[in-house]
Amino acid sequence: MAWPLGGHAGGTVIPPEFDYLRPHSVSDAVTELGRVGEDAKVLAGGQSLLPLLRLRLAYPTALVDLAGVGELRGVRQDGDQLVIGAMTTHHEVLRDPLILRYAPVLAQATATVADPAVRHRGTLGGALAHADPAGDLPAVALALDAAFVIEGPDGRRTVPATEFFSDYLETAIGPGELLVEIRVPALGPEWGTAYEKFNRVAQAWAIVGVAALVRREGDTIAEARIGLTNMGPTPLRASAAEAALAGVSLHNGGIAAAAGLAAEDTEPSADLSAQPDYRQHLARVLTGRALRAAAAAAS
Amino acid sequence: MTEQLDAGFVAEQIAEHPEQLDAPTAERSIGQPLRRKEDRRLITGRTRWTDNITLPGLLHMAILRSPIAHARINSVDVRPALERPGVIAAFSAADLGEELGVLPCAWPVTPDMVHPDHHPLATDEVRHVGEAVAVVVARDRYAAADALEAIEIDYEPLPAVTDMEEALKDEVLVHSDKGTNKSFLWPFDSGDYDAARAEAEAGGGVVLRRRYIQQRLVPAAMEPRAVVVEPLTEGDEYTVYTSTQIPHVLRLMLALTVGMPEHRLRVVAPDVGGGFGSKLDVYAEEVISLIVARKLGRPVKWTESRSENFQATIHGRDQIQDIEIAATRDGKILGLSVDLKADMGAYLQLVTPGVPVLGAFMYNSIYKMDALRFRCTGVFTTKTPTDAYRGAGRPEATYAIERIMTELAHELDIEPMELRRKNWIRHEEFPYTTIAGLTYDSGNYEAATARALELFGYDELRAEQQARRDRDDPVQLGIGISTFTEMCGLAPSRVLGSLSYGAGGWEAATIRMLPTGKVEVVTGTTPHGQGHVTSWSQIASDALGVPFDDINVIHGDTRSSPQGMDTYGSRSLVVGGVAVHLAAQKVVEKARRVAAHLLEAAEGDVEFHAGTFSVKGSPDARTTIQDVALATFAAHNLPDGMEPTINADAVLDPENFSYPHGTHLCAVEVDTETGRPTIRKYVAVDDVGTVINPLIVEGQVHGGLAQGIAQALYEEAVHDADGNLVTGTMVDYLIPAAPDLPDFITDRTETPATSNPLGVKGVGEAGTIASTPAVVGAVVDAIRHLGVTDIRMPCTPERVWRAIHSGGDGGVPAASGTIAWGGPQTATTAGGAA
Repeated sequence: MAWPLGGHAGGTVIPPEFDYLRPHSVSDAVTELGRVGEDAKVLAGGQSLLPLLRLRLAYPTALVDLAGVGELRGVRQDGDQLVIGAMTTHHEVLRDPLILRYAPVLAQATATVADPAVRHRGTLGGALAHADPAGDLPAVALALDAAFVIEGPDGRRTVPATEFFSDYLETAIGPGELLVEIRVPALGPEWGTAYEKFNRVAQAWAIVGVAALVRREGDTIAEARIGLTNMGPTPLRASAAEAALAGVSLHNGGIAAAAGLAAEDTEPSADLSAQPDYRQHLARVLTGRALRAAAAAAS
Repeated sequence: MTEQLDAGFVAEQIAEHPEQLDAPTAERSIGQPLRRKEDRRLITGRTRWTDNITLPGLLHMAILRSPIAHARINSVDVRPALERPGVIAAFSAADLGEELGVLPCAWPVTPDMVHPDHHPLATDEVRHVGEAVAVVVARDRYAAADALEAIEIDYEPLPAVTDMEEALKDEVLVHSDKGTNKSFLWPFDSGDYDAARAEAEAGGGVVLRRRYIQQRLVPAAMEPRAVVVEPLTEGDEYTVYTSTQIPHVLRLMLALTVGMPEHRLRVVAPDVGGGFGSKLDVYAEEVISLIVARKLGRPVKWTESRSENFQATIHGRDQIQDIEIAATRDGKILGLSVDLKADMGAYLQLVTPGVPVLGAFMYNSIYKMDALRFRCTGVFTTKTPTDAYRGAGRPEATYAIERIMTELAHELDIEPMELRRKNWIRHEEFPYTTIAGLTYDSGNYEAATARALELFGYDELRAEQQARRDRDDPVQLGIGISTFTEMCGLAPSRVLGSLSYGAGGWEAATIRMLPTGKVEVVTGTTPHGQGHVTSWSQIASDALGVPFDDINVIHGDTRSSPQGMDTYGSRSLVVGGVAVHLAAQKVVEKARRVAAHLLEAAEGDVEFHAGTFSVKGSPDARTTIQDVALATFAAHNLPDGMEPTINADAVLDPENFSYPHGTHLCAVEVDTETGRPTIRKYVAVDDVGTVINPLIVEGQVHGGLAQGIAQALYEEAVHDADGNLVTGTMVDYLIPAAPDLPDFITDRTETPATSNPLGVKGVGEAGTIASTPAVVGAVVDAIRHLGVTDIRMPCTPERVWRAIHSGGDGGVPAASGTIAWGGPQTATTAGGAA
């Protein structure tokens, strides 16, 4: 048989040829995407896309680089929501006063993403649109009940987090569309949050990660939201554990019992880092730890 | 100066620029933590990396590599690539024919070693993923990369064999014409192991057996390989720039391989960004680049990508160690038996077979015993060839002996350090000839251990360990011990000869005294990060009494440093650095003759100190070595019959190996809920003899520790059953970085080597050799009370967790595919009345 050998076998780490487009507004970007068609890829930091290109695992005809679209950067408050531009870098998220005050879990998780060089280039919107289940931010967005604002030729639409992550590396963003904003609810001081990431070296992807948001009323947990990283093809909510936590006291075994439910209904993958049973075990252990840390952070 | 020199033009020039004549330094340079002269350019990258070299008319080569571990090549058609834009040429093995030759293996360890032909481009079959099959040469590297996709290859897949024990069944043959996957069996016996074992059994002692797995590792030097070949217009002459550790060896090997006369080849190792043994080789790409440049008459560059580096640069380790130790009930070692299987990969590279064999002499380590039995079987598999990787044979040996010493201690209920103390060579016993036949010239294991125990707080940590066990703390504490030694300073040529190595172990140095009193040191060693320019300057500075900053070191070019054996095996300082010292002594002796003549004194009355010659009893009668250099250059007034030079060469063939040693202690916390091991404290007390530059020694120890810890906890090259390297990027092959490593506590004892005049021993591999067993030993120690006696490397959290939950007696669930997840898998054979 004849093998159509690509550069991957050669391993030259040089991407195939592509056109490079650098629009300066969202509407221009949408126009460019429409013009190039399905073979266009959006470059939003490139920390995942460029390796794919270099390994010749992707052959886009054009890259539409959003780095020049200023309106996609920055964080603002809109009523009881924070609105985060899709091209806001991880580095900016880490230092943004609004995020640190109202959505600290986003910063807590972002701090664990790769290394400073990657965090200066990589963007929140890029990470969410890439939807790698091992990425830290999708599970956080899910736990935050974020809303995703998507713009396309037909205008803007908003998709809730529960509908955004549709499958492995797939989202509700359609052909010709762009993720432009991420809207997250501003959490008050009664909420405590934590992100527990388990990986083998500091720069690595999560084997399992757990984002926990806890709203306290005195010594009980009034409400908890738990997002799971890398426990399936998409980020997941630990719904059974969340349900078990409502009204639980901080001082008996309630958190431990609820954490024991964290891996319910998950089907994590087997890979070099972990087998499924170990991932499920880690999800339970990390959920307990994240919940305790989150509860301690709430006032 | 007692005499006015008339050195003509040069003297006038110097008189106008007196700053060129620095006063000789009185301060001793050796032992000073001087900043490395080479660091600024190396760290900024504004230097001569091979890939930085550009030449008029330079063409770029890209290589098409096999995506299959094992396949018959029915056809290769490179013609479609020629039609791609910018492509100048494309070649398969068939296109290059006989010119290709075969790549050399310089270490035929046995006369009947099975040694298959290894062509730079695959001819009839491919035998590992990443094997080169065809090349494209184009005007730029992008065009070359794109054109690879056009090459058509018809592969007929053949079964892969990736596991050594499977390979030894000879059901799937890597080289079908050889009829076997066994390359060699290399036996070594000293004393009577069977008798030692019988004595242990009869006397109520213990015979303990363990199986340890040395996983496959990727050296992953920061700078991947790169080659530039420049044809000289004057004729059939070529300069080969290549990121190599061995320009001198390479020139010879290229001459033999390509059939190019040696005198028409110049090999240059420009600045080289790390090697760890992986650039101690003669690679297909070096040969192909030379052939292609010769064919096209134009300069050609090839730069390895990181992906290629993972597949096509040699790998390290990959051994199965069955080790058995026999001891008396009170803990005296009687004998050691090692049955080693070493994965060669698909082919034998330059020293592939010699790497495990070199380990034979290190299994007994610092311990006295009556018998050593060693068997090494070299095995072919359909994987990337292995070869020397930092430590090369010695880390494996050290790992096995240090691990089993601790196991023996537990079996005998003797404190692990006490068992070592009982068996090691005492400091008053040096020189000591070991059971392996090596004569250790010096050492003081008591002193290094005492210092390490003190820095570590051994007793306090043992107490904490017990307390954590008593309260069933979810975080358990373990302590690992490595009282290691190594053989460095490769090597006495006659010893290498007796081991069937193809070359000697000498090293060359030349000192050139320039008319201005500045000095050029020419060395045959080839630094690739070690800081030879700095260390050699310090050695020459002290020997000549010339300021450190007045010395330059020339290396890595067969034209300017024509003689050398290059850099590997912690040999550079011990052989090459000492050669610099010896050459400097010769310079001083020649200069003394000139000085005596100038000072009108008898040579025997002229003393030399810190760069100044003076006459005994006449304190005013003095001259400096710089003045002598100028006088010699002018040559107007030299002793009758003297050659007008005080330059000197030295070629040193060492009389013995050197034997650095040390005691490393590691404390690891294991989170029993997740299985994660975390190093809490690491103490390394090394004895590397005389220290030339403590900063450099410290750097070598730190880097070595990082690499040894990486083997213990992080790195593993994993192949699936089809022979695909599934850890082919740095996403899957986990190299620890600074945040993953603890602060190291380092110190030294200094027991000078007696086998060389500087007392140096070498430090390039010590940290790597010592640390792996200390770390794994600590992980196991933390959970030994749960029944765990081994964790397969790397000790991933999952493996540790499974070991805890399987009670340490196997029962590790099989993972998907063929990836063995390890866990305890060794059996204890307690002999005699145990």
